[in-house]
Amino acid sequence: MNHLRIILFSAILFLLYSCSEQKEGIQWKSIEKSLNTKFIKANDGDTIDIPEGHYKFKGTIWLEGKNDITIRGAGMDKTFLSFRGQEEGSEGLKITNGRNITVLDITLQDSKGDLIKAQKIDGLTFKNVKTEWLGEPKEENGAYGFYPVDCDRVLIDNSTSIGASDAGIYVGQSRDVIVRNCTAYHNVAGIEIENCVRADVYDCLAHENTGGILIFDMPDLTQNGREVRVFNNKVISNNYRNFAPEGNIVGEVPPGTGIMVLATTAVEIFDNEIDRNKTIGIAIASYKLVQKPYDDPDFNPYPKSISIYNNTISKGLFQFPTFGNDLGKLLLFKFPFSRPDILFDGFFDPEIEQKDGNYVAPYQICVGENNGAKFANIDAANDFANIITELDQFNCEPTNFPAVRL
Amino acid sequence: MLKYFVLSVLALLIYACAQDPGKEQVAIEEVNLDGESIEASDVEAEKLSVLGFFKKPMKNLEPAEGVVPYDLATPLFSDYAFKARFVKLPEGKMAKYHPTETMDFPEGTILIKNFYYPADFRKPEGERRILETRLLINEGEEWKAEAYVWNEEQTEAYLVIAGERINISWVHYDGTEKQLNYSVPTQNQCKGCHSKSNKMMPIGPTSRQLNKQFDYADVSANQLKYWSENGLLAGLHQNISELDAVPLWDDPESGNLEQRARAYLDINCAHCHRAEGPANTSGFFLDYYQKRKTALGIYKSPIAAGRGSGGLKYDIHPGKPDSSILYFRMISEDPGIMMPELGKKMVHTEGVELIRKWIAQMN
Repeated sequence: MNHLRIILFSAILFLLYSCSEQKEGIQWKSIEKSLNTKFIKANDGDTIDIPEGHYKFKGTIWLEGKNDITIRGAGMDKTFLSFRGQEEGSEGLKITNGRNITVLDITLQDSKGDLIKAQKIDGLTFKNVKTEWLGEPKEENGAYGFYPVDCDRVLIDNSTSIGASDAGIYVGQSRDVIVRNCTAYHNVAGIEIENCVRADVYDCLAHENTGGILIFDMPDLTQNGREVRVFNNKVISNNYRNFAPEGNIVGEVPPGTGIMVLATTAVEIFDNEIDRNKTIGIAIASYKLVQKPYDDPDFNPYPKSISIYNNTISKGLFQFPTFGNDLGKLLLFKFPFSRPDILFDGFFDPEIEQKDGNYVAPYQICVGENNGAKFANIDAANDFANIITELDQFNCEPTNFPAVRL
Repeated sequence: MLKYFVLSVLALLIYACAQDPGKEQVAIEEVNLDGESIEASDVEAEKLSVLGFFKKPMKNLEPAEGVVPYDLATPLFSDYAFKARFVKLPEGKMAKYHPTETMDFPEGTILIKNFYYPADFRKPEGERRILETRLLINEGEEWKAEAYVWNEEQTEAYLVIAGERINISWVHYDGTEKQLNYSVPTQNQCKGCHSKSNKMMPIGPTSRQLNKQFDYADVSANQLKYWSENGLLAGLHQNISELDAVPLWDDPESGNLEQRARAYLDINCAHCHRAEGPANTSGFFLDYYQKRKTALGIYKSPIAAGRGSGGLKYDIHPGKPDSSILYFRMISEDPGIMMPELGKKMVHTEGVELIRKWIAQMN
C-alpha cells in the first residue's frame, strides 16, 4: 500500500513536472497589435526589440517604407514568432521599400506562405535568424524561408532554414548578395540564387535537401542573373524526396542533386565539399532541358562562362546511379557502373561561336580537374548520341570574379 | 479514499499532458512588447466626425458641401461589402485628366470609401451596418491611408492604425445567412495594394472606370462630364464617346466576355500584377492594356508561387480553367494560396465564374 502510494505520488510529481515543462513550451502570447503599431510608427534609426518568449500571430507583420531599422529578438532559441493557423496574408514577416533593415536573433515558424519576404530593400541583413516549418517536411509548407526579391546589398549570415517546400534560403532578382555561414536542411532546395547579379555563397552547409545549392535563371523576369560564386560550402546527402508542389521549377530537381546551375551566365563553383548526393554532384543544365515555354527576348536559356574547379566530390555509398528519378535512370542507362560527378547537358547556344566542342572565350564551360571527379557531357541536344567524358575540350582558364562587396 | 483521489489526479494529469501542445489555446493573451496586458480594442481617439464629410446623422452618409459621390464601373471585390465612395477636392482646385491612369488629383484631395453590409442584400436600401471608412489623403509627396472603424451605434468612427477584426452577418442574395470575421487593414496593408512604383496611390478613379452614368442627388449624368462641368476636372478635351469605358463585369449588355473578364482582373489584380506594382517580380501582368500573351499568363509557368501553383503548370491554360493557376488561386480561401492576398476571406462566386468562362472559351 505504502509502496503504491509512493509510486503514485512520484508519478504525479513526475507528471506535474513534465506538464509544467510542456506548458513552458506553449506559453503563447500575442503581441500582434503592438508590434504592428510599432512597425507602422517606427522612426528611421529605431531598434525594435522583441523579448524572449513564444508569440503567435494571426496575420503578416509588415515593415514598410522605413530606413535604418533593426528588428531584434533575444536569440534564435529564445524569441519565437509562430504563424501556425494564420488567417490573413501568406507571409510571416514582410519587409518592403526601404534602406538598411537588419533582422537579428530570432526564429520564425510555420507561416502559410513565405516566412520572411523582403522586396525593394537596399541594404538588408539577416543574422542569427531561423526560419522553419515544424514536423515532417510536406507540400503544404510555405515556399521560402528567406525570400529577398528585387533587393540590393543583401547579407544572410549565420542563419538556418528548415522545411521549405521550395527553397530554404532563396535570393531572387537582386544585386550584390552574400549568403554565408548558413545551414539549410529538409528543404526542396537548400540555398537558391535566382536571376541575381553578383552573389557569393560560401561557408554554408546544405544537407538533406532535395537539391543542395541551386543557381537558376528564369525567363520573363525583371533581370537576368550573372556573376555568382559558390565556394567553401559543404553540400552533403541532399537525397530528400522532392516535396515541391508541381508546377514549380524546383519540382524538376531530382533528389540527390548537390549543386545545379540552370541557364545562368558567369558562375564559379570551387573549393566545395560535395558528398553522398546520390544522383549528381554538380549539374550544368540549360532551360531547354526543362521544356517550358517562355516569351522573353532578353532571356538566354544556355548556361555560359561556367568555371568548376578544385571541388571535392565523393559518392559515398552511391557509386551507381539511382533508379529514383529520370536523370538517375538516364545515367544508369549510360553509365551503368560508375556514374559521373559533374554533368553538362550539352546544349550549346547556336548564336555563339564554338570551337572544338566548346564556346570560344569568354563564354567557355571550364571544368578543371576537381580532385579526380568524373565528368560527362551527355549531349542531350542530340539525344545523347555523342557522350564525352574526357575533360580536354573543357580544360580552360576559369574566370575570376571579385568578391561581392556590400 | 486517498487512493481514488490520487488516481483521479493522476488520470487528470495524464489527460492534460496528452493534450497536443501545438493545439490552439482558447484565447491568447494580447500583450505589448513590455509584456503588459493590453485591451484588444485599444482604439485611437481620432474621430471621423471631426472631418465633416457627412451631414448629421453621419450614418446616412449624406455628403456635406464639396463632397462628391462617385462609383466605378467594375469595382474591387471585398468580401461582398457594399461601398459608398466620395471625393473631396480642396477649395478651388481641380483634378487633371489622365487617359490611362487615375486622375491627377491636387494636393489636399481626399478620397473617402465607406464599407457597409445591408442586413439583407435583397434590400440594399434597408437597414445596414457601416464597418469602416477608409481615406486616401493626398499629402503632396505621397498619399496617406487611414481607416476609421464605426461604433455599433453608428454614431462615430475612430482611427485605427494596426487593424481590427469585426464579426458581421447578413442575409445573402440567395436568402442564406452569411457570416464573416471582417478585417480592417493595418496602415501597411493599405499600401500592399495602393502602391505604384512604391508610392501610395489611388487605384479606382481612372477615366475608363469613371466613364459611366451616375445618379447624383439632382441629376443623372456621366461622371466625367459632370466632373468637367462642375469644376472638378480639367484637361478633358475629347468627346466622352471616344474614351475607353470599362464594361460592368456582371452585365453582358456592357461588354463581351473577354472585355468583362479583363475589366475584372484589372481592378482586382492589376494594382499588384503590373510592371509598376508589387507583383512585378512574378512576370504576370493583368493590367487593362496588357497585350503580351505570356505576361497575361497564357502558357506561362509560375516563378515563386509555391503551393499557390496547386500542382498546375500554367497561370492560364487556354480552354482549361481547372488547369489554370489563376483560377485555382481565385477559388481558394487558404491565405497561403488565395489571390488576392489581402482583403479577401470569401470567394467571389460570381466573379470567378466569369473568369472560368473566359478561360474555358480560349483556344
